[in-house]
Amino acid sequence: MPVTDVGAFLGAYPYRHLGSAASPEWLLAQMDRLGIDVAWVGYLPTILHSDPAPGNRELEKAVAQVRDRLEPVPTINPEQALWQEDVNAAALLRAPAIRLFPQYQGVATAGPESRAVAESCVKAGLAVVLSVRLEDLRQRHPLDRAGELEPHEVRALIRAVDGLRLVVTHADRTFIEEVHFGLTPEEADRVVWDISWLWGPPDDHLQHLVRTVGPERFVFGTGTPLRIPDATVVKLELSDLEPDTLAGIRGGHLGRWLGRRDGGR
Amino acid sequence: MLIDVHAHFYTAVSGRWDWRERDARRLEVGGRLGITAHIASVLGTWGRLSPTYFPAPDHVTLGNAAMLEVQRAHPGLVFGYCTVNPNYGKHALEEIDRWLGEGMVGIKLAASRRASDPLLDPIAEAAAKHGVPILHHVWQHRRRDWPGQEASDAAELAALAVRHPRTKFILAHIGGGGDWSHSLRVVRKTTNIWVDLSGSGVDVDMLHAVIGDVHPTRLVWGTDATMCTGWAKLRYLETAAGLAADRLELIRSDNALELFRLEVGHAGH
Repeated sequence: MPVTDVGAFLGAYPYRHLGSAASPEWLLAQMDRLGIDVAWVGYLPTILHSDPAPGNRELEKAVAQVRDRLEPVPTINPEQALWQEDVNAAALLRAPAIRLFPQYQGVATAGPESRAVAESCVKAGLAVVLSVRLEDLRQRHPLDRAGELEPHEVRALIRAVDGLRLVVTHADRTFIEEVHFGLTPEEADRVVWDISWLWGPPDDHLQHLVRTVGPERFVFGTGTPLRIPDATVVKLELSDLEPDTLAGIRGGHLGRWLGRRDGGR
Repeated sequence: MLIDVHAHFYTAVSGRWDWRERDARRLEVGGRLGITAHIASVLGTWGRLSPTYFPAPDHVTLGNAAMLEVQRAHPGLVFGYCTVNPNYGKHALEEIDRWLGEGMVGIKLAASRRASDPLLDPIAEAAAKHGVPILHHVWQHRRRDWPGQEASDAAELAALAVRHPRTKFILAHIGGGGDWSHSLRVVRKTTNIWVDLSGSGVDVDMLHAVIGDVHPTRLVWGTDATMCTGWAKLRYLETAAGLAADRLELIRSDNALELFRLEVGHAGH
């Protein structure tokens, strides 16, 4: 199974200077360095765009020549009147998922607008990616008042939309536990979690969750270029997880969850 | 050689049922990473009997005693910081004399009082007298206070450092967790402040800024609560940021050896 990063981005971030790290070339160089085969890439500028469609087209263009490595994850803004066209465009693009940024888009994560988009994604065969946060709350720019996703919002969305598959990134141990054990097993099976914000040793939150929540729920994600991808790689290296589990987190779990044999591509 | 200048250990009084397991895990992973020395602190009772960042004097003493036990259990591998609460000035100075006399190698200041406060002056003087550095918990968010601590920022630590040019200070975790982009520009000009690379913050641009703003003779490596993030940052500097081998050695161990005047590797470690 290819090693697949579900939490990467391209593009400039309004609150920090990323420089060359915003480019696909930089991302591909990091992937080569660390043995990451494929990355699902969102587009950072669109988190604040009322109409993300032009940014989505830029993302499409940026990955066009490297689709075997970079899978676009377009942004949908549920408040955009013609959001359905953007979901349709993502499906036509054969994107594996779309991204919602409810905190930045000013919509309720499980409100009627977001639910309508999620229902459309189910019909289109698209997963939905949500990020609990992009940065540590304590270091946010004073004008970045977007807040963080709350566990109850994820529970409410997954319960409200039959068949919805959610990839949740940047969640910590408590967040994952409050969602996972607040859902039925059938509901919880429709959520996978990236490991980017989980603590490794000596507290070993990842190992603990693999034991309690189950290995299949965890997938590989980095949050790069806001975060160094090494942090996720090292977390797995320093864990005492079994080789099968490590391989699963790196790519196998995602592939099985999506019902694909190629690790999510 | 690899020296972790920012480690922590838990103890029987820290309120964690798994404290032995966590401490053992730190040492086990440290062995895998090749950590030659863990320079560590215990912050009172870690919140069990009084708040972690506002520990009562008796609990400061309990924590320091526990830290010395760990140091003595692992001679040449584990070294202790003496933690103090500057709001209790007489007690803080007594603790410094006592525990440094027992073999501890540095002073840990967390977040009981802002770094620029005159209450810290006697502690900075004591550090200079004993020839040990002060590791200061720092993160930058000047717009408001946060619950549970009176966190200092780099500008406040720099104010203290300027008042005490003979004292060596370590700014914890690149100021990360807070807004490091303010911190790094401040410490660039304050040459008696070293910057440790510990902490959970792993921002790409933070790492590029730290090697751009702070001379490699003033960077030291550490982990803090999460060992994987510290290790990841070191690996990134080595394999992605293209830091030269001699500069990496400064960060891995040479700067810390000089700061702490350590003799590592006793007792079979």
